[in-house]
Amino acid sequence: MPVYLDHAATSPIRASVLELYIATLSEIGNPASVHSFGQHSRQILEQAREEIAKAINCDRNEVIFTSGGTESDNLAIKGIFWDVNSKEPNKKVIVSAAAEHHAVLDAINWLVDSQNAELYLIPSDDQGVLDIAALERYLEQNASRVALLSVMWANNEIGVIHPISEITKIAKSYQIPVHSDAIAALGHIPVDFAESGLAAMTITGHKLGGPVGSGALILRRDQKLTPVNHGGGQERNLRSGTSDASSAAALALTITEAVSEQEDLAQKHQIMTQRLIAGVKQIASDVIVSAEKAPRLPNNAHFRFPGCLGDSLLFLLDSDGVSISTGSACTAGVSGPSHVVLSLGASNDEAMGTLRITLGHSTKDQDIEAFLEVFPKAYQGAKKAGLTRR
Amino acid sequence: MKVLAAMSGGVDSAVAAARAVEAGHEVVGVHLALSRMPGTLRTGSRGCCTVEDSMDAQRAANKIGIPFYVWDFSERFKQEVVDDFISEYQAGRTPNPCMRCNERIKFAALLEKALALGFDALCTGHYASIETDSNGNLELHRSLAMAKDQSYVLGVLNKQQLQHSLFPLGKAANKEDIRAEAKARELSVAQKPDSYDICFIPEGDTRDWLSDKIERTEGAIVDLEGNQLATHDGAIGFTVGQRKGLNLGKPSADGKPRYVLSIRPKENVVVVGPDEALLISELSGSKYSWCGEAPSNTTDWFDAEVQVRAHGLSHPCRVKVAGDQMVIALAEPIRGVSPGQTAVIYLGSRVLGQATIDKTVSAVMEQV
Repeated sequence: MPVYLDHAATSPIRASVLELYIATLSEIGNPASVHSFGQHSRQILEQAREEIAKAINCDRNEVIFTSGGTESDNLAIKGIFWDVNSKEPNKKVIVSAAAEHHAVLDAINWLVDSQNAELYLIPSDDQGVLDIAALERYLEQNASRVALLSVMWANNEIGVIHPISEITKIAKSYQIPVHSDAIAALGHIPVDFAESGLAAMTITGHKLGGPVGSGALILRRDQKLTPVNHGGGQERNLRSGTSDASSAAALALTITEAVSEQEDLAQKHQIMTQRLIAGVKQIASDVIVSAEKAPRLPNNAHFRFPGCLGDSLLFLLDSDGVSISTGSACTAGVSGPSHVVLSLGASNDEAMGTLRITLGHSTKDQDIEAFLEVFPKAYQGAKKAGLTRR
Repeated sequence: MKVLAAMSGGVDSAVAAARAVEAGHEVVGVHLALSRMPGTLRTGSRGCCTVEDSMDAQRAANKIGIPFYVWDFSERFKQEVVDDFISEYQAGRTPNPCMRCNERIKFAALLEKALALGFDALCTGHYASIETDSNGNLELHRSLAMAKDQSYVLGVLNKQQLQHSLFPLGKAANKEDIRAEAKARELSVAQKPDSYDICFIPEGDTRDWLSDKIERTEGAIVDLEGNQLATHDGAIGFTVGQRKGLNLGKPSADGKPRYVLSIRPKENVVVVGPDEALLISELSGSKYSWCGEAPSNTTDWFDAEVQVRAHGLSHPCRVKVAGDQMVIALAEPIRGVSPGQTAVIYLGSRVLGQATIDKTVSAVMEQV
């Protein structure tokens, strides 16, 4: 039986979600239509909105359905920047961090390159922990020029959890809106939108057992943003495109289940990752466990193996039926050094020898045992292949 | 055997991988990422370096039904091939980057990694064949498809590398057969155009590509007597035998065209002269290797043939090793050979060895 330990890339769809998804796909009607078919679809869509609002503690009107994380991040960052900057042109700085997801960093870099934005990166240490004091000092001097702040709730590669409430508290005193990509955090640690103090939050379903292509931006009622796409304005006049009721229903069920299971699953995952880390350390004495001393997600273990190449490890483990990742999944299938690992101060070579294990709703104890069984041979092989580098 | 099939995204390596599967081997496909910043789509006649090529390779692997991975060799490629290419030009030589790639990346870095990961052999889509002599020694031979023969660029392979190489297209009669076979196998790359240009030079213009990597300063173009005829805007990038782009202004005394005879990067001088001054009677180089078993006696002259460019003719010659040099004496002078090029030695269809040319001896005058 192949073993899947790459849930941060995407997670197997839940049986309950698949059933609901298929059932709602065969319903007729555009939620924007006025007739009874349309009204029926609208009912599915709005029911989903309410369920999501309940699961993450927000107002139902704060849920804006999107196609997923990348769209939500782009909508939040570009949309808030444009809105703030158009009203107060001196506000052009976006505050973020070096280990953010590409959907955040590349959106910001595009604004820097083409829209006159500026970027300030909150410094972080070798554990991936943000220097909040540095952020405070920066804002003391520069708050009047800051348009928005975007910090992920937890890192998708190395699992570090960031102190979102602390960050929003600091930003609030300067009335700076804060966006957070909460994709890696949701379902693994408590995520409460109202409590968080965030202006905007990105979520998606497919890392928790929902279908790919369904996500949302949670946008506080009073937070303005300029739309990225223009059209029918179906979602609060901020996001256009025919509403996808079945994706919304599937997303709602995914999140509802994930949030209700969260506490139990976190406990279970915690034990599994501890077992994983201990098992790996036993074989590879020189392994570096990334962000080991930082507050971490319970379902993430990230390793750096000096002298090994991540792609060799991945290949050997895959040949033995165990699927892991060297970092974040990427388009061309090339595993260059990860910007997240480099942000920890790791060397280029060290950043090439990484392995990320992420657990999910379907992970079983025997998956961990299966990994630990094939790992020693793969590690020896990858170490040997690493020696061929001159 | 466990075989790693290097797949560029082209038709040859795809068919080679399919043939390796059919021969009963356990095959895994791998595409080498040679640039960290690949273009999205293929342009011109370059091979293998874009995301499109990587995807083509993946689609072929899917069709053949083998696992597929992309391995990042971009750093090694830059160090061993691209930087070498630049420094060779800097030294006034004419390098062959495909040769270097085979020598240092495909059949070195990649093969070593493959062996370390438990593979027995590396399979590529080169047109050349490996045969066994009566004593069981492996020999590299020209492809039956002479128009496509690629044995020249494999001349750098040594005995150990041959032992772990698989060239399933060796017995191919021509490229059309391979395309037809790809079509029959429903491989989407069946009609993909061949690549000719150097893969890392986007516009195919070497001199232009080099211009922002090597500083150019104005210097003299001189004749064989040392008289200055004109100026150039940088000696780098001229090639021995080049006639166009010299801008000499007035014709030579005898009215005959003049060609680049040599480049002296240290003095920033380009030497030009008549066609006959390009004729070379002897080649030598200290960086030589034997492809498979070395000849039993290399200190005495033996008859062979030599080929000095990938798609050139082979020329009768005599070869011997003198000191640390492989010396190749041509039966008839050949035209326009530059240091940096590779001389591959053949015995009939067999590749015997190779040397990177350090020195050429003019057939008609003192070395210029």
